[in-house]
Amino acid sequence: MAKLPRSDDALASAWGPHLNRMEGARADSGAEPDKLVPTHCCFCGQQCGINLKVKDNLVIGFEPRYDFPFNKGMLCPKGVKRYLQGGHPDRLTTALRRDPSADAGFSPMPYGEAVNRVAAEIERVQKTCGPHAFGVLSGASLTTEKAYLMGKFARVCLKTKHIDYNGRLCMVSAGAANKKAFGIDRSANPWDDILEAEVVLIAGSNTAECSPITTNYVWQARENGGKLIVVDPRITPIARTADLFLPVKPGRDVALFNGILHLMIENDWLDHAFIEQHTAGFDAVAEHVQQWTPKRTAEVTGIAEKSIRAAAELWGTAKTSFLMHARGIEHHSHGVENCLSAINLVLASGRIGRPCCAYGTVVGQGNGQGGREHGQKCDQLPGWRDISNPAHREYVAGVWGVKPEELPEAGVDCYEMMRRIDAGEIKGLLSICFNPKVSLPDNAFVTRALEKLEFFAVIDFFLSETAQHADIVLPGSLHEEDEGVVAQVEGRVIKINKAVDPPGDAKQDWRVIQDIARALGRPHGFTFDSPRAIFDELRVASKGGVADYSGITYEKIDAQNGVFWPCPSDDHPGTPRLFEPGSWNPVAKGAGPFYFPDGKARFNVAAYRPPAEDVDDEYPVILTTGRVVSQFLSGTQTRRIGPLVDQYPEPRVEIHPRLAQKYGIADGETVTVESRRGTITLPAQVVTTIRPDTVFIPYHWPGRKAANQLTIAAQDPVSKIPEYKVCAVRLTRGAAR
Amino acid sequence: MNLEFFVDPNRCIGCQSCVAACSECDTHRGTSMIHLQYVDRPISVQTVPVVCMHCDSPTCAEVCPADAIKRTGDGVVQTARKPRCIACNNCVLACPFGVPKMQSDFSLMMKCDMCYDRTSVGLKPMCASVCPSGALYFGTREEIERLRPKSQALNTFKFGRQTITTKVNMMVPKDESVQNVDVLSAMEESAVGLGDPFENV
Repeated sequence: MAKLPRSDDALASAWGPHLNRMEGARADSGAEPDKLVPTHCCFCGQQCGINLKVKDNLVIGFEPRYDFPFNKGMLCPKGVKRYLQGGHPDRLTTALRRDPSADAGFSPMPYGEAVNRVAAEIERVQKTCGPHAFGVLSGASLTTEKAYLMGKFARVCLKTKHIDYNGRLCMVSAGAANKKAFGIDRSANPWDDILEAEVVLIAGSNTAECSPITTNYVWQARENGGKLIVVDPRITPIARTADLFLPVKPGRDVALFNGILHLMIENDWLDHAFIEQHTAGFDAVAEHVQQWTPKRTAEVTGIAEKSIRAAAELWGTAKTSFLMHARGIEHHSHGVENCLSAINLVLASGRIGRPCCAYGTVVGQGNGQGGREHGQKCDQLPGWRDISNPAHREYVAGVWGVKPEELPEAGVDCYEMMRRIDAGEIKGLLSICFNPKVSLPDNAFVTRALEKLEFFAVIDFFLSETAQHADIVLPGSLHEEDEGVVAQVEGRVIKINKAVDPPGDAKQDWRVIQDIARALGRPHGFTFDSPRAIFDELRVASKGGVADYSGITYEKIDAQNGVFWPCPSDDHPGTPRLFEPGSWNPVAKGAGPFYFPDGKARFNVAAYRPPAEDVDDEYPVILTTGRVVSQFLSGTQTRRIGPLVDQYPEPRVEIHPRLAQKYGIADGETVTVESRRGTITLPAQVVTTIRPDTVFIPYHWPGRKAANQLTIAAQDPVSKIPEYKVCAVRLTRGAAR
Repeated sequence: MNLEFFVDPNRCIGCQSCVAACSECDTHRGTSMIHLQYVDRPISVQTVPVVCMHCDSPTCAEVCPADAIKRTGDGVVQTARKPRCIACNNCVLACPFGVPKMQSDFSLMMKCDMCYDRTSVGLKPMCASVCPSGALYFGTREEIERLRPKSQALNTFKFGRQTITTKVNMMVPKDESVQNVDVLSAMEESAVGLGDPFENV
């Protein structure tokens, strides 16, 4: 029974979001902290170092962590105000059960009783309908230890194939493309390689708002003489002073990159020696991009032909470069092809594997990198092993003390899990660190699916919009209440340190998972006494895999300010830059620097496909979605932090004056945006910084303000990422009739 | 080691990290002293952060009828002294940079004091610590010259006939000279035909 127990408004009045502000000890300027805990921010994949000030088991503020080399004390406003998520009036401090008779819709219950109830329901669902009728949703904001444990818990304890994670909405297109092109999925270079790059090409990354610290690296590159090319349908702050701004029509990135490669070939701006010695597949790609003449590229992308030519020349003739991309090119039904066509530009230039010859994808979530390495993906085992590879199954089964044939086969992606719930195939669900009701496209469908669950359990620290559908809620831990590692944007594994204890009955998430395993009578493999113990097993489980953590220890992380994986032995310092000439990896075994048996990188033909839902007479405007600097993802945390909400209180529709004029919409006026799936009414923000055929809505809000009421659930066939960045809408002035 | 403050609006991304961090300062917790605004959002995402420039001869102090605004020996212009401030707003109106804020709740003018509690003990100000774009930077002149070879630091500003030199530096492109465009000086003197209202000031 997973219908909301009370109305949205009743639930919001009981469980928030309420706004936490500086009060009490936090407002007391004389308050002396008991301790200063060096750790990292809980939000994005930059994972800035920060010192948390702690007094009486409460984080009361922060002090810049100048000694952490990535950010040197810098923070964005989310990092500055992150401490206000602790000691929050909305914080869950007991287990809860769904209770429609209570005003709040939920009643507190003893923790042990709640765990037993979850175990009994798992048992019931699996006995009646088989092991795969119970699914697990997990997340990439968890530490790597927890992410690893979730994968093991699903496969070994629940014996279900159905586990997937919210990195599916985030990193998977880049991941799949990286694996196809390089055989390994990690940013290839440390961020210091931005500083002296002659050209920085940023595609589909609102860097200044979504990965603010990277801005300083880019600005520094420009002070050093570097040129900046930005590909985006909007002039975001990183694009404002770009040497070349390419306002691509949403969904046409493949055409642009193929068009640039066409010009590189035509002008012989190629590194023939590199292509010959270190790559395979160039000829097929060269043949494919013949059709992408500048004229056709301009027609499809909506970018001026002269800008495309200028970009090709800047990129083609550079000696050093850094190409980075993010969700803007990844959130597409052809997200993998978008990334592959961008990678083709890197390979054709030969500028990879050397200082300031660089490629990287800008991860979104805090552990967007580490959370996608060790087995919480539906088809993956620890160390980036493949669940359908018999040798990989055997190795991991050995570490886990089970038989390989006992491990389930690959499951399906998280959106497909929603469809299986809707179809009645998955009947029970345990979710942690995921707010699909807000974050998945086509909210109405997701809500309908959640309502069909026979049993739904959620582990969370706030009652998120998704948790409001739960039968049982178990109180988990905030970032600052546990320790463990994460891998940040550069592939640097860093250590999160515990600052405070969880309040009330709340427990560290790994303890909650182990308590469920014990209540199920299947504690084998789930008796860790600390994150360090989990990490030690993860090191063994990842050994010999592509994502080899076996040489990483908490001590080495502290001593080196992080360790870049792969790190295959105790005496190995880690690998800041991948693909260096002469480097060894476990796949190529010395044959070459890339992670294929022949050691060569792969060019991949990236054929252009239009978006799944293109505009037409009925729905003539493109909708694209994204983030604002003061909010994070589904807003579960940041919509509860007063100063961050003050900064950007509610979504607005960005619209070009030319389009606004067509509908008679003035700045600040209400506009209704309607897609085939839903309708939203919001204030308009009329700005010339967006293409006139496109509107933009940030997606951090639930319910009537949710951009994902409109978005389409079309997915990339390989990565299964949803197409958040393009769907067709129509506009009307004023509120919906 | 002489640490100086440098502002480079060209780098600003409008994230408000400085505003958020300023309100964490121990001397004025909960209130930010920084102004951060869009120049003209309908046509640009350009934003400008304004901190106190800490003038050598602070106009705010010169116009204060209560002598409430003091400048430290090392050149930091401070928030008005509470026992002296009469909340008259003279400083708010007079400051050419628009820095002082009247806090009507406490009848007190408050302004950026360059995190005196931090800078006086060798720490960076909060805003220049957290700024993720380097638009606000605190360090030595040697550092800024090495890091930003395309920019130069200016600390002389003209407002009409008032020339102000400041402790805080503004970074501007190196290859641009400072222009002072003036109608009268560009006209034939004989054709001006009007007396100078300020000539006896």
